[in-house]
Amino acid sequence: MSQNTGKGRTLIAAIGDEDTITGLLLAGIGDIDAHQRANFMVVTSKTTQEQIEETFTSFTQRKDIAIILINQHIAEYIRGILDEYSAAFPTVLEIPSKDHPYDPSKDSVLKRVQLLFGE
Amino acid sequence: MAAVRDNVFPTRMNLTVTKMRLKGAQTGHSLLKRKSEALTTRFRAIVRKIEEAKLKMGKVLQTASFSLAEVAYIAGDISYQVRESAKRASFTVAAKQENVSGVFLPAFERAGDAQGSGFELTGLGRGGQQIQKARAVYVKAVETLVELASLQTAFVILDEVIKLTNRRVNAIEYVIIPRIENTIAYINSELDEQDREEFYRLKMIQSKKKARAADATGDRAELQAIQDGELHGAGRNLLAEQVDDDIIF
Repeated sequence: MSQNTGKGRTLIAAIGDEDTITGLLLAGIGDIDAHQRANFMVVTSKTTQEQIEETFTSFTQRKDIAIILINQHIAEYIRGILDEYSAAFPTVLEIPSKDHPYDPSKDSVLKRVQLLFGE
Repeated sequence: MAAVRDNVFPTRMNLTVTKMRLKGAQTGHSLLKRKSEALTTRFRAIVRKIEEAKLKMGKVLQTASFSLAEVAYIAGDISYQVRESAKRASFTVAAKQENVSGVFLPAFERAGDAQGSGFELTGLGRGGQQIQKARAVYVKAVETLVELASLQTAFVILDEVIKLTNRRVNAIEYVIIPRIENTIAYINSELDEQDREEFYRLKMIQSKKKARAADATGDRAELQAIQDGELHGAGRNLLAEQVDDDIIF
């Protein structure tokens, strides 16, 4: 809650398609820690839903991740988990990808916004 | 819940204490209500900003992926190279706190040096400039994302705190204040009852004393008058006079 501040959380994690991840890594968010855990995951057509779920859950449990970026079309696969996820840290942010334009009506957070204002 | 009251002994001291608690509850209620209003104002501002930022994000990332496409056209596929060279994050964030009526809202800020991040040699053969350009565009894009993420975190936290505050406001308004008022009413009625008993007791003693005084002086007539008065006045035992039939079911 409000006592739980984001101190010590410095990393930005990402789950996305190849291009998105390449771009984000180019910006310098990539990190591989002492246990050889990467803070990014490339989702290809061969990646299963379980793998995405597993990665997402492990990212949410890490104490050094502040923000999780996830492509919106990938977020659709794990929509159930995302809708249930309500913790403040790490923040989950849905981003558009190259081939999938951004659709605000699918975003978990914007859905909550609309729910609150009854639109 | 209306008839519930605190389990206190009805004394004058407890009446004072309970009245003070009522005052405290009312003050707390108005304070919490104001807090909730302040938070809601903030909350609405944040929601508006989030909506704007989300739309802006779409454009920024579009530009970013276009610049990456330029890189792919000139330098070929660099994704493998980029992925392999990721070791330590050069783009990190730091959480900063902002206090809004007693609630700490975190705001992420960019930390870490963005310049030296080990991609200087990527695309050395061809397209190095494009790669650096794409890098700069992506750094900008991630900065936008970080901004959006802090707004979103603030949104989630505020949402929770507002719910909590409203719950408290309602609890005080509909549970605690009525209960304290009930307690005050109870103590008042008990104290009144004690007053009446005390008054009656004093009356009785007075009449007894008078009777004794009259007895001592030997004034039979006065004694008779007092005893009559006692019978017809306050000191009459209503239960003793009236004999009910036994009730057989």
